[in-house]
Amino acid sequence: MTTETIPAPRSSYAPPKKRRVNWEKWGWLYMRISGLFLVVLIFGHLFVNLASGAGVREIDFAFIAGKYATPFWIVWDTLLLWFALIHGANGMRTIVNDYAHRVVLRRVLLTAILVSTVVLLVLGTLVIYTFDPCPANAAAGTLPTFCPVK
Amino acid sequence: MSTAIAEGAPATPIAEVPSFTVTLIIRRFDPDVDTEPHWQDFDVEMHGTDRVLDALHKIKWEIDGSLSFRRSCAHGVCGSDAMRINGRNRLACKTLLKDLDITKPIYVEAIKGLPLEKDLIVDMDPFFESFKAVQPFLMASSKPEKERLQSVVQRERFDDTTKCILCAACTSSCPVFWTDGQYFGHAAIVNAHRFIFDSRDEGAQVRLDILNDKEGVWRCRTTFNCTDACPRGIEVTKAIAEVKQAILKGSPERVSIAL
Ligand code: HEM
Ligand code: SF4
Ligand code: FES
Repeated sequence: MTTETIPAPRSSYAPPKKRRVNWEKWGWLYMRISGLFLVVLIFGHLFVNLASGAGVREIDFAFIAGKYATPFWIVWDTLLLWFALIHGANGMRTIVNDYAHRVVLRRVLLTAILVSTVVLLVLGTLVIYTFDPCPANAAAGTLPTFCPVK
Repeated sequence: MSTAIAEGAPATPIAEVPSFTVTLIIRRFDPDVDTEPHWQDFDVEMHGTDRVLDALHKIKWEIDGSLSFRRSCAHGVCGSDAMRINGRNRLACKTLLKDLDITKPIYVEAIKGLPLEKDLIVDMDPFFESFKAVQPFLMASSKPEKERLQSVVQRERFDDTTKCILCAACTSSCPVFWTDGQYFGHAAIVNAHRFIFDSRDEGAQVRLDILNDKEGVWRCRTTFNCTDACPRGIEVTKAIAEVKQAILKGSPERVSIAL
């Protein structure tokens, strides 16, 4: 018996509606790749801030000023900020997609996540790169003791 | 002479199967009467060889004929009696009472995430719709004048996912599916895997495209509830992970086999 006699199906297969870009795959990949970076970045951050040297007691304004005097920590903290914030925001997006069914609520929550992430990224980056512990025009007596006396 | 047991010889008494009383607490729902499901308990005298399905039969046949549930084969083949037994998705016909803690009541309810119709019966249509959506049939361009040959290794590649009986235990065990009914679900992905990794099939890209979707494989969060639930012992989570890998690498051939 051959299959010569089988007629063509009544309706042919219609491909599913195409979305422009498939963010879901990239989101999934990003969570895993950023997770790898975050392990190093977060534990490095925690160790240097809380464990090494005099431990947590050495954290003060001067400690932060000291860190931001070196490009190493500026780059480290920038990476930590961007990786962790986008990672956290994408994770929250997943959770909203899971639980927020009403279209309006979902849209509101997703927008809130996007806006707060962008604001925090801009603010955080601004702080890291414009941080100056001894601004030139500061009022007398407001500067920390380690600043050079004018 | 031909009889196996000599006449007059005392028949050796067969050790009686011990019996015990079990309490089943069943989540009942009658759409004609109830607005909300409610729990009802039944005490039944059962034997050590009995399964949850036998207890349900006993209740239906001797205590309350209105108890509704699906079953057909009663031997783990048809996949019609998946239900939540003590919080885990199981086939009633494959769950022996003696394997449960019968000193406590046994809770039985319908599987979650699909519309409840009556007692232990849910509407399976959404489940089968997503199964159909992955096109679970062989796509081959050549006309089969003779059998399509396949090596033992090639057949082995997708052996695990051929075992599915479409009981929905996996799909309805997943917290993602409970909250997001749009998710294609595990059984659909398992059955797509069965063809994606079949060397005779030519439709892998079509199915990978379908599952590379907002509601496709990326919804999976590796909870492993599905692997625990599958009555056929299919490694459902692993199958989903392999489909993810096939999408990432662009083709099922590039997915290395994890042992
Ligand atoms: C040690 C560093 C970290 C690693 C290795 C890591 C890894 C991951 C991975 C792989 C996922 C995806 C889980 C899945 O899809 O099943 C995830 C989800 C998530 N992560 Fe992280 N992460 C880390 C740090 C963080 C930090 C610092 C935050 C907060 C800013 C965060 C917030 C989230 C959230 C909200 C989710 C979504 C949870 C969910 O899907 O249910 N993670 N993480
Ligand atoms: S994969 Fe297992 S649990 Fe899921 S439908 Fe098939 S047989 Fe049932
Ligand atoms: S009744 Fe057929 S699988 Fe249980």
